[in-house]
Amino acid sequence: MSCRVVVTGAGWITPMGHDIDSVWAKLVAGETSVAAIDRFDATTFPTNFANQVRDYDWTQYVDDPSRHAAPGMHTAFALGAARQAWEASGLGDLDSLDRRRCGIYLGSGEGVLDFDSYQKTSLSAWSDGSVDDAAWLEAARDHIAGAYEIAQEPNEPLTHIAREFGLRGPAFNCLTACAASTQAIGEACDILTRGDADVMLSGGTHTMLHVLGITGFNRLTALSTRTDDPTHASRPFSRTRDGFVMGEGSGVITLETLKHAEARGANILAEVTGYGSSADAYRITDLHPEGRGPAAAMLAALSQAGIDPRGEGPDGRPGVQYISAHGTSTQENDSIETAAVKRVFGDNAPRIPMTSIKSMMGHLICAAGAVELITCLLIMKNGVIPPTINLADPDPELDLDYVPNVSREADVDVCLSNSFGFGGQNDTVVARRFDT
Amino acid sequence: MTQDVVITGIGPVTALGIGIDPLWKALEDGRTGIRRLEAFDATAWGCPFAGELPADEFSIRKIVPKHYRKATKVMCRDVELAVAAAQAATADAGLTTAGAGEGDITIPPHRMGCHIGAGLICADVNELAAALVTSQRDGAFDLHHWGREGIENLTPLWLLKYLPNMLACHVTIVHDCQGPSNTVTCWESSATLSLAESMRVIQRGAADACLTGGVESRLNVLATWRQECAGRIVTATTEDDPATLVRPFEPDAAGTVLGEGGGILVLESRDHAQARGAEIKAVISGMACTQSIDDNVLTAASAEAIGEAISLALSQADLEAVDLDAVVPMGLGITAIDTGEQGGIEAALGDHAAAIPKVLVTPATGNCCAGHGATQLAVAVQCIASQRLPGAAADLSHVLVITASQGGQNTATILSRGIAS
Repeated sequence: MSCRVVVTGAGWITPMGHDIDSVWAKLVAGETSVAAIDRFDATTFPTNFANQVRDYDWTQYVDDPSRHAAPGMHTAFALGAARQAWEASGLGDLDSLDRRRCGIYLGSGEGVLDFDSYQKTSLSAWSDGSVDDAAWLEAARDHIAGAYEIAQEPNEPLTHIAREFGLRGPAFNCLTACAASTQAIGEACDILTRGDADVMLSGGTHTMLHVLGITGFNRLTALSTRTDDPTHASRPFSRTRDGFVMGEGSGVITLETLKHAEARGANILAEVTGYGSSADAYRITDLHPEGRGPAAAMLAALSQAGIDPRGEGPDGRPGVQYISAHGTSTQENDSIETAAVKRVFGDNAPRIPMTSIKSMMGHLICAAGAVELITCLLIMKNGVIPPTINLADPDPELDLDYVPNVSREADVDVCLSNSFGFGGQNDTVVARRFDT
Repeated sequence: MTQDVVITGIGPVTALGIGIDPLWKALEDGRTGIRRLEAFDATAWGCPFAGELPADEFSIRKIVPKHYRKATKVMCRDVELAVAAAQAATADAGLTTAGAGEGDITIPPHRMGCHIGAGLICADVNELAAALVTSQRDGAFDLHHWGREGIENLTPLWLLKYLPNMLACHVTIVHDCQGPSNTVTCWESSATLSLAESMRVIQRGAADACLTGGVESRLNVLATWRQECAGRIVTATTEDDPATLVRPFEPDAAGTVLGEGGGILVLESRDHAQARGAEIKAVISGMACTQSIDDNVLTAASAEAIGEAISLALSQADLEAVDLDAVVPMGLGITAIDTGEQGGIEAALGDHAAAIPKVLVTPATGNCCAGHGATQLAVAVQCIASQRLPGAAADLSHVLVITASQGGQNTATILSRGIAS
C-alpha cells in the first residue's frame, strides 16, 4: 500500500469473554465456550448448543446509556468492542483529533427479529391458508414493538458507534455473511490508503443465535448436530466434522494511517499490508470445487503485501508464518479451503501453521473475521499459536499443519486471515508485525 | 484522482418499469408510478399506496439465462429486481459479460466486480406462517414441536433466499463477475456508498469494471410496519391522489411512500471504456460521505453533515458551488429529513442553492430504500447524457446527487459530462 495502515487498538465481546486478555488466555489453553442454548428453548432442535455471549452489560461501555436506548443485541456487542478498541488506541485523549477525519466501516449482520411477537401476530392473522393482511396489522399493533424492530437494522451498530465516539467521517456497513468483517477491515484500509480518513474503527458484530437463525441453518444442514457431545462438535479439519457451531459477538479494531499514528506517538500493534476480495460466481449453495474464489482473494492480498507465497524470506521461512483459516468445520469448507491454500502456497503450504479458533469459540458469522484478525495480532505479539481443538481424528485428505489440540510457541511476523461468505464472497487480509 | 471512473450503463428498476426509458418518460411527463399497493392488502393500513412494479410487467424467468431458471426458486423479490437491473444496465452499456449477453465477451470474469446495496430482507410472511402453523397446538405455537418437526415444513434453502448478500451473489453468478464483490447495507445511502466502493476498487486496480447500485423491496407487511412505526410513511386513504402524496421540500410535506427497486449502473475505468469504444454517459468527479452523530437519525437529517459531504465532493472534483448545474436530492417528503438536505445544500452552495434546479425522483417512484440512491444516480446520468432536465432542455456539466440514510450515513456524488477528463 502506498500509504501504510496500522492497527492501534482492538476489542471484542465474545462467547469466551469480554476483554482481550482473558479470552486470549482461554484460546491458548484450548478451552471452549460451547454449551446448551438458553437464549430460547432449543431442546428439541436438531442443534441445541452454541457459543453464547453471557453476563454482558453494554451500559458499562458507554458514557450515557440513554443515548443508546434499547439497542439491538448486535449494537450492544459492537459498543463494547468499539469502546475497548477506542480506549486502547488512546485517541479519546487526543484533544487535536479531527473527528471529521475519523470513520467507521463495520461488517455487521442484522439484529434479531422478536420471534415470539412475530409468530403470535402471523398465526392470529392466519386464515384459510394465508395471512389476512388487515388482521396481521391489527395483531402487530398488539404484539410487535415498533421501536424494537427498527433497532434491528444492520446499520444500527454503525450509527450508535458514531454517536458514542462522535465520529463523523466516512461510514459504511457491509453484510457479506461470514466474510463481512474481514471485508470491512480491508475496505477501511483502502479508505485510509486513499487519504479519505486518518482513523477508521472497523470490524463486525452479529448474532444469529435465535429461533429463526438456528432454524435456517439447521434446514441448510450447515450446523453440527452432535447433540450427544457438543463440547467436541466444532472439529475443523477432522474426518468426522459435521457442520459449524454457532457463536455470536463482536470484534472491532482501530485502524490509522501510519503517519497519523506516528505523529501522535501511538502504540502500534501491527500493520495491515494486504487485502483481497473475490466472488466465486459459481453456485448459491456450493463452493467452487477448486476453491477458485478463496484462492483469488488470497493471491490478491498477498500480491498487495508484496509476498511471493511460494518463495522464502532471507531467513528461509515462508513469507507467511500463520494462517487463520475460515475453518468452519463443515465438510465442504475445510476441504476446499485446504485445497485453495495448497494451490496458493504450493510446497510452502504444509510449512505454515493454519488453525481455526472456531473450534473453540464457534462461528461468529459477520463478526468472525474481525475476531480472527485480532487473534492474529495476539499471536504475533505473544509468540504463541492457539490450537485447533477437537482434532483427534484427522481427515486423511487434509494434510496441512492445523496445530492440533495443543497451542504452540512460534515466532510469527506475518499472518493471513481468511473469511468466506455463504453465496461466494471471499476476503483475505494480511497483517504483519510492525517495524519501522 | 488517479484514474477516472466513468458510467457507461444505467439500469434502474422502479414502479415505472425496467430500464431508464419508462422512468425518464414519466419524469418528463410528470407522472407517478405510485399506485394502489397489490403486494398485500393495505386497505386498512396507514397508506394503501406504494411505488410497486406491477406483477404483469415483470417476470424473472424471462430475464435470467435459461440455464439459471431453476435458481429463480430461491430468489426473493429483492434478488429478482437486482437481477433485472443488472441485465438492463449491462444491455445499456453494451457490455457482454462472461455469463450473459450476446456476442463476444467484452470483459474477463476476474476483472469485473459487483457492489450491490441491500436492505434487511423480510421473509415472505405467508411462506413462514404456513410452516409455523403446523406447530400450532391448542391455539398456541409450540416451540418444541417446531424444533422437532415443524421446521421441516420450510424449504431447506429458506434462509438463503433472504440474506442481503444474495443480490450480489446471484448477479455475480449470472454475469460471471469474479472480482471484488460487496453488499453495503446503509439504507438510502447503500447504492451511493456502493458506487464509492466500486470506484475505489477500480482505482486501486482490482477491477476494470463493476456492477454498482442497490435494490430493495420493503413492500411486505413486516417491513412496511417497521417504517410506519418509524413515523416515515404518509397517512393516506384510498381516496387520495397518489401523484401528490410525496411532496419533498414543500411546507405541507407529510411523509414518504415506500417504493421498490433501485438500480444498477456499469462503472468502468475510463481506459477500459474507451478501449472497447463504449459511450461514456458520465464521469464520477467527486464522491464523499459523512456520518451524522445526532440522536435522532430515524426521522431527521443533519444539515451540517450533509453540507460537509457536498463540500468535500466539490473539493475532490475541483469545482466551485456555481459549477453545479442541477441536484438530484433524496427528497423523501419527510419534513425533518428534507430540511436537513436543504440545509446541507445551502451550507455548501451558499447563494447558488436558491438557483440550482432540483430533480425530484421520490414523488414518481416512492422511497426505494437501499435502491433509492441508484435510482437518483440513474436519473442524474440520464440528465447529463440527454442534456435535459425533466420537461426541458438544459446545459448540464455537473450534477450533484445527495443521500442521507435512516441511520445517518450521508453521501454527495458529483457526476460530470463524459467529455471532461
